[in-house]
Amino acid sequence: MSRPESKESILDIHDMTVAYDRRTVLWNVDLTLQQPSLLAIVGPNGAGKSTLVRAVMGLVPMVSGRVTAWNQPVVKQQRRIGYVPQRESVDWDFPINVQETVLMGTYGELGWFRRPRAAHHRRALECLERVGMQEYSRRQIGQLSGGQQQRVFLARALAQQADLYFMDEPMAGVDAATEQIIFKLLASMRDEGRTIVVVHHDLRTVAEYFDTVVLLNVRVVAHGPVETAFTAHNLQATYGGRLSILDTMAEAVRMQKETD
Amino acid sequence: MPSSQTLLVLTGTILLGMAAGLVGTFAYLRRRALAGDVIAHCALPGLCLAFLLTESRTISVLLGGALLTGLLGACLISVLRRVSRLREDAILGTVLSVAYGGGIALTRSIQNTWRNERGADLESFIIGRAATMLRDDVIQIAVAAVFSGLVIVLIFKELKLLSFDEQFCRVQGWPATCLDLLLMLLTGITVIAGLPAVGVLLTAALLIVPVAAARFWTDRLSVMMITAAAFGAVSGAVGTLLSAHVNDLPTGPLIVLTATALFVLSWLLAPNRGWLWNRSPSPDPSTIHESRSSAGRQEQTE
Repeated sequence: MSRPESKESILDIHDMTVAYDRRTVLWNVDLTLQQPSLLAIVGPNGAGKSTLVRAVMGLVPMVSGRVTAWNQPVVKQQRRIGYVPQRESVDWDFPINVQETVLMGTYGELGWFRRPRAAHHRRALECLERVGMQEYSRRQIGQLSGGQQQRVFLARALAQQADLYFMDEPMAGVDAATEQIIFKLLASMRDEGRTIVVVHHDLRTVAEYFDTVVLLNVRVVAHGPVETAFTAHNLQATYGGRLSILDTMAEAVRMQKETD
Repeated sequence: MPSSQTLLVLTGTILLGMAAGLVGTFAYLRRRALAGDVIAHCALPGLCLAFLLTESRTISVLLGGALLTGLLGACLISVLRRVSRLREDAILGTVLSVAYGGGIALTRSIQNTWRNERGADLESFIIGRAATMLRDDVIQIAVAAVFSGLVIVLIFKELKLLSFDEQFCRVQGWPATCLDLLLMLLTGITVIAGLPAVGVLLTAALLIVPVAAARFWTDRLSVMMITAAAFGAVSGAVGTLLSAHVNDLPTGPLIVLTATALFVLSWLLAPNRGWLWNRSPSPDPSTIHESRSSAGRQEQTE
């Protein structure tokens, strides 16, 4: 995979503001990703984490701001950008099996009218193998557990062979074993030179698995390597004085110290 | 041996059932099953307005007007859904009944004005008049069926993606809104072509009932679509033959009742998804369904 040598940023969000019904959800967000990383977006409920991702993907309109990927508008780079939506966003009773779902990742490069060929089917199976789901390829998707459904979505994203991925809560409703599998996969994708942006809700696993973190609460409170940005002080600024959260934060920071 | 009129009607209703099954599959999976109903009800004032404006009885002119107001009604609903804070069922119910009320008032006033003239029998569009279907009506249906079928075969992959995951469809760069409008147009064409035969009140049932029945038999979209088309065709044929043999029973309702019978049979008997299949624990644990569903349950309780 060829990469530009210059300091071309992978993603550049400039001055993004998003509002729903006059309520500001994101205010003046600036964010630049320069190098491949595994990035967690964390913040309290209603902080705008999913909205940030959805605005970048063009799924919700921005009041103001500009988003570029590799110095071009996102719409021109859609083939290189993958998306894993929240699991609840689709009807899992849809008449489709696992392999066909994963094949949808190849539709972008296929373009109009063309059907997937043998090579695409092979790729879909390979992607299923990477998420450990190869033996489920003929199952109807509704007959899978939550964690398995999440892995099918990941395989579909893999099949797109994108360079930049946005994932909206991929760990939601997933058991510990599946979480391990998913984190391993994300790390290997990062090591292949891809950038993975994950909307994440579990502060305890941030330090263990991610290299970069964005602390978000309507504005970007902090952004940087986990070692420097994921501090008790920044967490306090992000979550405010919510007592129940403070315990989690203390634990999260303690775990980070242990891993250091 | 059925008469040539019966053969003509059979051709029309079979083709209509097939087209409705194909198009209805996507409408059903997009949870737009009621869009057909809205289009059909909003078509009635359009029929009348087309007649009043042109004083023409040509079926294509009337149906042109019907298609126009039908699609306008569908667009009105999607606009209202976005700008008003009303719930979708309230919007659908309101638009549907207003259009229908207006349509009934117009047909009656036309009926009163043109009392003795042939062809002003717009009221026949309310429940349809399949038994007296004309060659032009059948051609109309055939054109709609072939057009919808071709479009669906051509962009099957795109429609499948849109129906399953609209967000993913958008972020991959597909024009989801245009695809959605195209689907709406196909729904409109099918409904309108079926109006002379089945009427405003029942056309939408053809989009929904055979499709819902087909869903019981398969977990594959392409198979489901073909099954729905087959169920639609069988409903059309059986309904037509029944009405030809039982005096004074209208064809449209019999078609819908046949489709409903197929639905009930499917719901009861279909393997895996059928009611009988799920009711008693199967004595044979090696059946695919049992192992699947119990595995699913265990995983979900993890």
